[in-house]
Amino acid sequence: MRRYSAFAIAREALRHHQGWERAWKSPAPKESYDVVVIGAGGHGLATAYYLGRNHGIRNVAVIEKGWLGGGNTGRNTTIIRSNYLQDPSAAIYEKARSLYETLSQDLNYNIMFSPRGVMMLAQTEHEIRGYQRTAHANALQGVQTEFIGPQKVKELCPIISLDGPRYPVLGALWQPRGGTARHDAVAWGYARACSDMGMDIIQQCEVTAIRSENGQVSGIETTKGAIRTRKLAIVVAGHSGVLAEMAGFRLPIESVALQALVSEPIKPCMDVVVMANTVHGYMSQSDKGEMVIGGGADGYNNYTQRGSFHHVEETVRALVETFPIISRLKMLRWWGGIVDMTGDRSPILSKTPLGNCFINCGWGTGGFKAIPGSGWAMAELVAKGEPGPLAAEFGLDRFREGRFIDESVAAGVAH
Amino acid sequence: MLLLTCPNCGVAAEETELAPGGEAHLKRVGPGSEDADFEGYLFLRKNPKGVHFERWRHANGCGKWFHAARCTVTLEVFGTYSAQTTEPPKDILLKIDDKRPGWRG
Repeated sequence: MRRYSAFAIAREALRHHQGWERAWKSPAPKESYDVVVIGAGGHGLATAYYLGRNHGIRNVAVIEKGWLGGGNTGRNTTIIRSNYLQDPSAAIYEKARSLYETLSQDLNYNIMFSPRGVMMLAQTEHEIRGYQRTAHANALQGVQTEFIGPQKVKELCPIISLDGPRYPVLGALWQPRGGTARHDAVAWGYARACSDMGMDIIQQCEVTAIRSENGQVSGIETTKGAIRTRKLAIVVAGHSGVLAEMAGFRLPIESVALQALVSEPIKPCMDVVVMANTVHGYMSQSDKGEMVIGGGADGYNNYTQRGSFHHVEETVRALVETFPIISRLKMLRWWGGIVDMTGDRSPILSKTPLGNCFINCGWGTGGFKAIPGSGWAMAELVAKGEPGPLAAEFGLDRFREGRFIDESVAAGVAH
Repeated sequence: MLLLTCPNCGVAAEETELAPGGEAHLKRVGPGSEDADFEGYLFLRKNPKGVHFERWRHANGCGKWFHAARCTVTLEVFGTYSAQTTEPPKDILLKIDDKRPGWRG
């Protein structure tokens, strides 16, 4: 792989850009691999990358039904934060956030990480107490956050209306090193690095069956033929239930649609990410100037990648109250993704009833921010067969044993 | 917008009138059951890509619960039926057989 650098740009500028290589190869599948990862979204590619980088396992294939990063990785609102209440959540999300800080250098691919700061508005007395508690918890966990008053909110984000008609802004939980990144670039950067390590990234290849013998996975059937594998990692978000059914077990997961939309581009007016959980909307401004908007998930099972109009209406109504200047913006694009919601709104990184099959799912509405940490922890689980400290609390058995990581209560909403 | 006809009051209700209630026909377990039974009842779900039987409540209407048979891929509604049953009625199953041959897999 030729490294990207200022020198490479200068060199190619002098020879009509003829020397750029394909960022990753598109090989046909081999007969067998040490590890097959199903799902070439951010989490799947990060799992493969850290398998190679941290554990030296490079005979790996990443199988993708559609195209690379074409699912939720390319459909989210790119927010990165780690201001969680529960210790296991804060640990894995902060690991991810800290890996994002240097990911562009690690991958030699500009993922445009922008630690512009994330604030979660407190708009009720209950939220003030909740976020103060979270700020104290974060201090103990080593996550840098603070609770700020309304005047600081206004300084950081002048377009906010503090005295909204329904819910005035009473303060905010502020994480200065949270922010955004370019979501496609995260998938592309990991894919390029994986391909460079000799891993096979196989797109347009749908898994149709999982073969097992004596409680162990022996291989998979795909639309590009059968592939044998020593270990299998299922990292498919919304379609986790479909793959689990193929493998013969059930998950505590329901798949629902989550929507996002972007406005026409406008001049820079907002250099932080703002989340308003009581009225339920969140917004940031992309580098192109579009306002990137997200809201709540639908309540019913859905695999269509489009959601209910009334949810978007609620989100936009809430944001117009919070940011009156956006009231006349036209919306450019509007889309949905299928998110995998667990009973406690926390992810699953776990062994499964099949001995050499592992699953990473349940990130629900907040998976993008976790990609590097999730891949790091999943790679350790797959390589060693046992979860490391980051994944230990996120096993499937927590639902049987009642050891929930209850972020749904902590956040008050999906997160 | 999703439209479901409430079998209790007969109103063709829009999604905004309705509250989703998740997978239908779960068998409730009681005291003395194993942890695994409670896990199955409380958390494990079919979450099918295709035909789904689910509970809905006509929240901003008559307020009553009912069942719906729906496709999670096309959002097609096969029918709604009473909440006072432990399994989908035959006429709805036959209708699904007609529209989704082999769905029982």
